[in-house]
Amino acid sequence: MSLQVAPTGPADQDGVDTAPLALRGLTVAYGAEPVVFSVDMTVAPGAMTAIIGPNGAGKSTLLKASLGIVTPLAGQITYWGDGLARNRNRVAYVPQRASVDWDFPTQVLDVVLMGLYAELGLLRRVRPQHIARAMACLTRVGMQDFADRQIGQLSGGQQQRVFLARALAQHADLFLLDEPFAGVDAATEEAIITVLKSLKDEGKTVVAVHHDLSTVDTYFDNVFLINRRRLGEGPVSEAFTPDALQAAYGGRLSDGLIAAQTG
Amino acid sequence: MMGYEFVALSLPPIVIGVLAAMACALPGNFLLLRRQSLIGDAISHVVLPGIVVAFLLTGTVAALPMMVGAAAAAVVAVVAIEAIRRLGRVESGAAMGVIFTAMFAGGVLLLEQSDTSSVHLDVEHALYGNLESLIWLDAVGWQSLIDPAALALLPPELWRMALAFAVVCLATWLFWRPLKATSFDEGFAQSLGWPTGLIGMGIVIMAALAAVAAFDAVGSIIVIAMFICPPAAARLMTNRLGTQVAWSLAFAVLSAVLGYVLAGYGPLWLGYSASVSAAGMIATISGLILALAALFGPHRRA
Amino acid sequence: MLDALTFQLGYNAALVTLGATMLGFAAGAVGAFLYLRKRALVSDAISHATLPGLVLAFIGMVALGGDGRALGGLLLGSAGSALVGLWVTNWLTRTTRLSEDAAIGAVLSVFFGFGIVLLTVVQNMSAGRQAGLEGFLLGSTAGMLRSDAILIAVGSLVVLLATLYMRRPLLITAFDPGYAAVRGINTHRFDMALMVLVLGITVVGLKVVGLILIVAMLIIPPVAARFWSENAVKVVGLSALFGGLSGYIGAAASATAPALPTGPIIVLTSFALFVLSLLLAPGRGLLAMALRHRRLQKQVHIRQGLLALARNQAIYEGFTRRLLRRAGMMQADGVPTLEGRKEASQLLHDEALWQELRRSQTLSELAIRDDGLTRIAEVLTADQIAALDAQLGPKAVS
Repeated sequence: MSLQVAPTGPADQDGVDTAPLALRGLTVAYGAEPVVFSVDMTVAPGAMTAIIGPNGAGKSTLLKASLGIVTPLAGQITYWGDGLARNRNRVAYVPQRASVDWDFPTQVLDVVLMGLYAELGLLRRVRPQHIARAMACLTRVGMQDFADRQIGQLSGGQQQRVFLARALAQHADLFLLDEPFAGVDAATEEAIITVLKSLKDEGKTVVAVHHDLSTVDTYFDNVFLINRRRLGEGPVSEAFTPDALQAAYGGRLSDGLIAAQTG
Repeated sequence: MMGYEFVALSLPPIVIGVLAAMACALPGNFLLLRRQSLIGDAISHVVLPGIVVAFLLTGTVAALPMMVGAAAAAVVAVVAIEAIRRLGRVESGAAMGVIFTAMFAGGVLLLEQSDTSSVHLDVEHALYGNLESLIWLDAVGWQSLIDPAALALLPPELWRMALAFAVVCLATWLFWRPLKATSFDEGFAQSLGWPTGLIGMGIVIMAALAAVAAFDAVGSIIVIAMFICPPAAARLMTNRLGTQVAWSLAFAVLSAVLGYVLAGYGPLWLGYSASVSAAGMIATISGLILALAALFGPHRRA
Repeated sequence: MLDALTFQLGYNAALVTLGATMLGFAAGAVGAFLYLRKRALVSDAISHATLPGLVLAFIGMVALGGDGRALGGLLLGSAGSALVGLWVTNWLTRTTRLSEDAAIGAVLSVFFGFGIVLLTVVQNMSAGRQAGLEGFLLGSTAGMLRSDAILIAVGSLVVLLATLYMRRPLLITAFDPGYAAVRGINTHRFDMALMVLVLGITVVGLKVVGLILIVAMLIIPPVAARFWSENAVKVVGLSALFGGLSGYIGAAASATAPALPTGPIIVLTSFALFVLSLLLAPGRGLLAMALRHRRLQKQVHIRQGLLALARNQAIYEGFTRRLLRRAGMMQADGVPTLEGRKEASQLLHDEALWQELRRSQTLSELAIRDDGLTRIAEVLTADQIAALDAQLGPKAVS
């Protein structure tokens, strides 16, 4: 056994400096138990990455900790080799649908305009070109006819599309989505994936928490497996293997899932 | 003659009541949407210990120390509630119940222990104020409204309340976007790098400012009622935030004017000589407005 | 003569103390169920809504030529309007989009405001006879009649017995309304029953602590009790105990020194119990939690640091390096000590075993225990570890 002295202090390895998002040793605990433990992750630029893992595996927590929404116990988070604060306007976040007050008195177009808040600041007026940009984003997700609806009156899938439109309006380079396909209808799923793929074609980076293993290989380029720890990372063809799935989902539980994936 | 009486005796209390009602209703909108309406209840209860401590420290019942004391008590209460809720993992309603009752009890105890017989400081006053006594003795009629000398002698509560309302308005206008985004979707606001905790605290501080400025003139009852009833009724009228705020201000004005007039003249119309509590009547009217909105408001159901 | 008077006073004071203790005990028990149901502040709406009924009862009794101050009649009136307030709260929550907290706030402020309007009517009505209805705002035990004290003690006892009688369905309803409904328990009815019990305590306690502070007797003891136990039955018992203790101390202190008002002393006593519980209770108390968090953070950093050392990776965080040095795992220049190397290689081996365990058909369900801090020896027997070791074979790191 021989251990060499590791250089202390940050040093670039595995493309941390260029990755849109890189995590090193990220640990998050709720109460006395880590829900994410010492996770390293390097998101490939210009690609679509799925974060997969069983329920309670820390997928959403990973995203929230990356964005500073929950405070990690340990670890380093970098965006393009730099802190989040300097890259805020390059990152768009689509939260889980359930985390929002849908009874709030606001309209669809208002929600999309929130995507421009970082740009507009506190007081700059909303001008016709801003409205036009928001409407273009709505059109892109097929929701242009609902601009005046109160958000609570939309179906789950429509709400999800409005969220995506708001992220589009941010003109970001990195999109972080928390379960964008959870509980949506087939038409919405189709619309969302089309938009996400077109973002990739524009050179943007997409990271989505995903739970439907049967669509991983058709939707995504890369996959990141997590169950409290990092259990695999890489192109779908290499990392999305029955072996890795079993490690993430556990023995018997994963048999059915693996069959679905390979069958 | 009627003009003189109205301008001197009724106009100042009505204006003060209207300003107080609007200053409370405005932040009340955001408290309502954030499911924090009862923070207003808690704040208005801890005003009492705040003014008692301020009196014990300064020995006077001057407006400024009273207001500083009340504001400090409100901040202490809100911080304590939040600390208990987060650190002690106590449900927010219960956390409020623990803090505001304990602080109120402390205020009552201090009041009983100290000698306040020489000054006008008691629980009843803090609860329902004394709107009717805020009169403008130097008015001689409507023409006084353009007489600078007479205007300078308006009850100081009026200027205080106007200032508080202006500050609350300005803050709401300035921080409209953060207020809206944080209340609707906190996670998104955080991803923009906005200090959502600070914004939440800012709303409570706005509410505290309104409550503190208002309690002296109109008492805690109006404060609680105006935090909750006009915004709640307004929410049932519309699905737009801007429109809701406008409705809530209109309902606040209506409650204050109608409540004051009914309290002052209602008993006369019924053949009694004395008037009843204006603060209580304003709260009652705001409740009736809410009841009508709950029965007929176009957006009363989700 | 004087002796008789002191005895008489002592006897009355004892009765009042007994009543307040009983009241605190019952309020603590009822309040615990209310807190577990997460509806603590409904009691605030109920208590403020007593005022109009109280004053109307006074007006009514005077109009009928009665005394107007008869405690029984006043309490009956306050119960009536509190019931109306409770109904309005439920109605607003059920039929409109408003949340329960908004409904509570609306009811408490409007009913209280209307009560104040009526109070000014009484003040104008017959100045001499209005007889301290304000006393019900803050409560007072001074000059309380013996019959009043007995009424309070007996009323509290009745509420307490009714609560104990319904404890099982109330607990199930609080814990899991869905399950309770499946079990055939009418959750709506028991929610109503709980509210009636709360109303009972509120009305009984009005004279002692007043309508503004009575909610404290329902809220503070259970919140304090919750810090000490994860067991609902124990929480109820402890809450009753805290409530009773507060009631006893409040009334006794007030009896010895007239300047000490009963209600506030009761509230502040239970608040003191709450603060002690918040800080010192094992398990949920702040001190215990802070110590646990600190320990966890250190564990995580040391573990991650050692693994980085074992894998020849950089340690990015200064805090990790400091902890490792302090634990004697690493020298000042960043070179691991002998002990550090040993520990690190053991951890690395552990990691490899956990990985292998996830791939094992028979053991992979245990992977759920892998939170990054648990040593595999805590989960597996020596034989199982040996079997995993064998599977690791040549891949083994150490």
